[in-house]
Amino acid sequence: MTMELISTVTVGAGGAASIDFTSIPQTYTDLLLQISLRSNGSGSYAEEPLFIQFNAAGYNSSWRLLNGNGTATYSSTGTNAEAGAVTNSVGTSNTFSSTQIYIPNYAGATNKSWSSDSVSETNSAGAGQTGQKLTAALWSSTAAITSITIDALSTNNFVQYSTASLYGIQKGSGGATVS
Amino acid sequence: MTETLTKIVVDCSTGEQTIVPLTAEEIAQREVDAAAYATAEAEREAAAEALATLKASAKAKLIAGEPLTAEEADTLVI
Repeated sequence: MTMELISTVTVGAGGAASIDFTSIPQTYTDLLLQISLRSNGSGSYAEEPLFIQFNAAGYNSSWRLLNGNGTATYSSTGTNAEAGAVTNSVGTSNTFSSTQIYIPNYAGATNKSWSSDSVSETNSAGAGQTGQKLTAALWSSTAAITSITIDALSTNNFVQYSTASLYGIQKGSGGATVS
Repeated sequence: MTETLTKIVVDCSTGEQTIVPLTAEEIAQREVDAAAYATAEAEREAAAEALATLKASAKAKLIAGEPLTAEEADTLVI
């Protein structure tokens, strides 16, 4: 197996409401998106959701999420393509969330399953303050994925030094067969 | 002056990165999606609070030796 960087983005001083990877090469087996984000959003909580779109087709992935914070765990489902958490301005300063999204067989002709492992970071426990989110999702489209967009909530921006890196994973041809 | 929302567009075939303003339609859609998220989040929190209340009641009744309702029993029995 090989992993190759396709593109990486670092948000500048002006911020960005979205990051859009387009014209994704169709030559890999899987895709891996590694994201470090902070937004300028505010409110009761120190985190807000991260949304993902494939081929600019809107938020139409169905998902199940397992969330754990310093005091409780819960499970929930939805259809709006929540892909993890983003630390916002309520969170500890200079602290960014960390999210990894894996998309196997992105170029194939079947529906696209994807998974996310995300943690928001802040020096506070409790609901909405910090948490780890594990997400299993399905984008019900047989189209090959040619673009991926990650969006901040509403009219919020990802702040400077937020990063997103897209990697292509190529399956190997070797390996031992166990019988 | 209202700040213009922008997105970073990366062309993975060339590596070129451009900063593009969001359209009014894109902004409107984001606000609709944010409202839907807020509604779903409120429902989730209400359900979590209701479950916590049921569990607390079930525990108190167990300790006191009182009968549980079916709903309370469901929170304890897998």
